[in-house]
Amino acid sequence: MKGINRAKSIRNFTIYGVLGFFSVVYLIPLFWMVSTSLKPDAQIMSIPMRWFPDPPQWSNYAKAVDSFPFFRYFFNTLFLTSMNVLGNTLTASLVAYSFSKLQWKGRNLIFYITIATMFIPGQVLIIPVYILFTQLGWVNTYLPLIVPAFCGGGAFNIFLLRQFFISIPDELMESARIDGASEFKIFRKIILPLSTPALFTVALFTIVFTWNDFFGPLIYLHDPSMWTLAIGLRGFQQQYSTNWNLLMAASTLTALPLIILYFVAQDKMMRGFTLRAGIR
Amino acid sequence: MGRKRSKYFRRKNLAGYLFAAPWLIGLSAFVLAPILATLFLSFTSYDMINAPRWIGLTNYKILFTLDPGFWKALGNTFYYMFGSVFLKVFTGLIFALLLSSALKGMRIFRTIYFLPVVLPSIPVMFLWMMMFNPRSGLINQLLGFIGIKGPLWLNSPQWSKPAMILMSLWGIGGIIVIFLAGLQDVPEYLYEAAELDGANKLQMFWRITVPMIMPVIFFNTVTGLIAASQVFAESYIMTAGGPLESTTFVNLKIYLLAFKDVRMGYASAMSWVMFMILVPMTVLLFRISRRWMDY
Repeated sequence: MKGINRAKSIRNFTIYGVLGFFSVVYLIPLFWMVSTSLKPDAQIMSIPMRWFPDPPQWSNYAKAVDSFPFFRYFFNTLFLTSMNVLGNTLTASLVAYSFSKLQWKGRNLIFYITIATMFIPGQVLIIPVYILFTQLGWVNTYLPLIVPAFCGGGAFNIFLLRQFFISIPDELMESARIDGASEFKIFRKIILPLSTPALFTVALFTIVFTWNDFFGPLIYLHDPSMWTLAIGLRGFQQQYSTNWNLLMAASTLTALPLIILYFVAQDKMMRGFTLRAGIR
Repeated sequence: MGRKRSKYFRRKNLAGYLFAAPWLIGLSAFVLAPILATLFLSFTSYDMINAPRWIGLTNYKILFTLDPGFWKALGNTFYYMFGSVFLKVFTGLIFALLLSSALKGMRIFRTIYFLPVVLPSIPVMFLWMMMFNPRSGLINQLLGFIGIKGPLWLNSPQWSKPAMILMSLWGIGGIIVIFLAGLQDVPEYLYEAAELDGANKLQMFWRITVPMIMPVIFFNTVTGLIAASQVFAESYIMTAGGPLESTTFVNLKIYLLAFKDVRMGYASAMSWVMFMILVPMTVLLFRISRRWMDY
């Protein structure tokens, strides 16, 4: 009995040891970002390196924000993110309702195609879509980065919501139908209120994706006053390539909203990942 | 009666189509039509000023016989895809196994490992550029402490791709979380039965855990490969494709061809070849997609 206990505690000790070691390894880059953002110029690339800034230069943050239109880019990004959240949650839930609770000819075939498109590599789509938006005169506007969100919100979000809607019992809707409620009313009064956790997951995914998107803004937004944080940071880096402390301060500010969101809603974010893999 | 029924079904159909309408538009305009349009464009020469000119297989001939840069980019992309995904799946599974042990505090570890997944990619790339600096970067200074002279990382044609793969491992959290959920789905009684039969931990791992989570391993591998095939910003931001084109990936080439040189036809041919390479993987994944159709 004693032998077993000892074996068990050695095992637990090893697990804690390995996971603890790698936790430190995983946190170091983040720590390094914040630490660098607070360093005086002379300490940025010092050899040997310094773990902590001495003294911390909080003014770096003010300088970073002043050296490029940070707040403008912040609000541009916020605007795009809000529009995408609105479009994705609104239209993906409509479509998911159709796929889960309504019967129509071709439904299963189209759902099948939808699932297949979840795994299509984006590079095969981008050129014609770009040509289309160019011919519509939409390049250098926000439309190419917003309109697709209002066209169903993408296969993944539809799939995620459909899985959730299916778990809502049909009886709830049948009684409303007998009472003469329209499908839209059932959708709005019964399905949506029951689905807030799933809608929340879609919103979270959309926020993280839109906030971090680089390629879309890169090809569609040429006017610097329209840039998002991702593109704006790139411009900042090209201009101040040696000021790593200011760049890291701007980077930290860019990452901060997502880090806060993560600590508020990490379970929902992780759940989105597992749902996508088809695991309940 | 019959007419009433058909009217009922017509109305039902109509509601279905109306609710699905946004996606019927989105699916056709932003997915299905573009796939076909890319195929069509790949047989043309198109500069977005003059109308597309049909040139048959010329783009593909140039691609396969006269453009060594394409093969190089394809090789780089495969190197990155397989290197990054196999390492991520392998280490991700190990982490998930450790995290699934019913010990206290596992939640905290999970939180830490997943955190980099939500960080914005461009700031993360700047951060790693700084850490990869051969002389003053954090990584080589730490290696120096234990007496290892670190490589030139992003400045070296041999080490630039391994550096990017190393960076991609920071984003392993998504895979870990999926594995964790997969491991939870393995029914406990299988292990109990095996224990009664006197199986040891290693046997249980190979005979129960691995077969039961095979679909999850497969999912992580294939979606990982498809995602990694789209590697672009890493080279655009961190290396501009260098040094010596060692990080020129297919998508960087497509980007430069389409959006800098405006050679839409040739860029489309390249996209289509890459798509054809990835299609078998997508189809394989789709084959096991009963998982997605069920429940």
